[in-house]
Amino acid sequence: MRSLPRTRSSRPMTLLTPSRSPAAVSKGPVPKSPPMRRRRGTGARKQLTAWLFLVPALLVFGLFAWWPIVRSLLLSFQRTNLVEPAVWVGLENFRTLFDDPLLATAVGNTLFFVALGLLIGFPAPLILAAVMSTVRRGAGVYRFLVYLPVVIPPVVAILLWKWFYDPGSGLFNSILGRIGLGPYPWLESSDSAMLSLVLEATWAGMGGAVLIYLAAMVSIPGELYEAAEVDGAGIRRRVWHVMLPQLRSVIGLLLLVQLIGTVQVFTEPYVFTGGGPDNATLTILLLIFRYAFQDGEYGQAAALSFLMVLALALLSAVYLRATRSWSTS
Amino acid sequence: MTTALTTFVSTNDRQRPGVRAAVRSIQGFTLILLLLIGIGPLYWMLKGAVSPPTELTTQPLALWPDRAALGNFATAYTDLSVGRYLMNTFLVVGGSWFVQLFVSATAGFALSVLRPKFGKVVYGAILATMFVPYTVNMVSLFMTVIDVPFLHVNLGDTYWAIWLPAGTNAFTVLLAKQFFDALPSELFDAARVDGASTRQLLTKIVLPMSKPVLAVISLLAVMHSWKDFIWPLIAITDPEKQPISVALAQLATQAPQDQLIAAMVLAVAPPVLVFVVCQKYIVAGLGFTGVKG
Repeated sequence: MRSLPRTRSSRPMTLLTPSRSPAAVSKGPVPKSPPMRRRRGTGARKQLTAWLFLVPALLVFGLFAWWPIVRSLLLSFQRTNLVEPAVWVGLENFRTLFDDPLLATAVGNTLFFVALGLLIGFPAPLILAAVMSTVRRGAGVYRFLVYLPVVIPPVVAILLWKWFYDPGSGLFNSILGRIGLGPYPWLESSDSAMLSLVLEATWAGMGGAVLIYLAAMVSIPGELYEAAEVDGAGIRRRVWHVMLPQLRSVIGLLLLVQLIGTVQVFTEPYVFTGGGPDNATLTILLLIFRYAFQDGEYGQAAALSFLMVLALALLSAVYLRATRSWSTS
Repeated sequence: MTTALTTFVSTNDRQRPGVRAAVRSIQGFTLILLLLIGIGPLYWMLKGAVSPPTELTTQPLALWPDRAALGNFATAYTDLSVGRYLMNTFLVVGGSWFVQLFVSATAGFALSVLRPKFGKVVYGAILATMFVPYTVNMVSLFMTVIDVPFLHVNLGDTYWAIWLPAGTNAFTVLLAKQFFDALPSELFDAARVDGASTRQLLTKIVLPMSKPVLAVISLLAVMHSWKDFIWPLIAITDPEKQPISVALAQLATQAPQDQLIAAMVLAVAPPVLVFVVCQKYIVAGLGFTGVKG
């Protein structure tokens, strides 16, 4: 329940009368429809005030969101070095981009990260949330613990895991060594580096998804489960035929959020490995960063950004279509 | 606190001993797992920060060092300049929070209460940016920031380069607008009749009634800017001005392991403390966004 503000304005009602004095128009030809004009006058003022309140949003979104998106498109057809004016070069940026063998590597690595993230990171929060939804006492402790990794700044979390992954004295190899396994190279081998990144990213990002699933699970009407139970459905069938269908839209939404999030993976490869070993963790965003801020190839970086925006837009469009067909079916 | 909530495990199930034991043990196992992955890494970081460097390599599995030394914290705070980097972070987060709250509140108010012509077009254009994350456009955003259109000022290496783009969070505008939409419009009419100006309508009526959503927006803004890495890395190249995340990534290659871990503990302490103190509101606030989203 929201409480109403306690103090009402105690000012006398002076502003009820229109601001324009009617005495001013007493001379001369009678105005055709003064009420009409007055309403239009205040209407225009109302419009102006409304737009005035939109100015902060228009300024920041215009300068730092809409313009950079347009500029990304323009820039991908230009060559610039930040000093001289940009030159139009047609499709040259795209040509050099597609000639770069690292592009295929980066796209492949990013898709690999996305796929591993789905495989490991997508079911884990759902399962955790399902277990947590059955907890009757101490549910707050579970929620606190599961969300704790999320508040750790990513760079700290990654540096911490980098220490855990240390092949010599790291926590993981020390523990595994005790039971006679390893030592594993983790980040230092191109075969396991990406998996190591995904494990950390899953741990770091899981909490938010768990809490959203949990909120959705709690809001499923209990009668549905009771009806299923009366009809003789066991626990497994209640999960499969009641809970999961009820969560369909949340699952779809979080799937999209995770896809969009993991496609943009940057901090993990940048801090963990710098894209190595042997470019095994070079992702698309890291390549954009290298093009722009190491090689000074801003046009080429923008061309890759533009392609990525297209891919993300396509992904969102597919999602919107899919969810529309769900709601109509 | 117990809730008589019906989930896929019903009260009848819980009375069957087999099910009861299974549920109990799965819950217990999950709790241990969550303790390991929730508290475990933080504890291990704290332990690493107070351990002498030789012990870190000779006894990596020791639960606590023989002689815990707190000296690393002082060294990290002064010699590694963690104190200054934390101060920078507070500045970055504070400004980003203010800009985001200001933009979301004014835009939400204009679009929900004042409803100008073409307001829906503006709202649509704002929401559309949700599908184009700024990280993808970092190159053109960087070029915009070092030479702002029309104004032709260079914001590079100033905090404005972080503060102003922080305002472009479509999701918080959406949260504000949706919340304001649900406020009773009779109240606005009554305030108008009582002679309130449009600005007073916002500051005296709308904002005081919208504390829950303002809290959620603040939470999202603070968390996002505290955790952001890629944009500060690009926008702030002056080491004197960098926030702690960017500085740590650079320190990682230079500082000794034990001092670095102490610096990490100092960097993680503020957000964890805030979370421990306000966890009820934070978890509830996230539920709020989840329901809306």
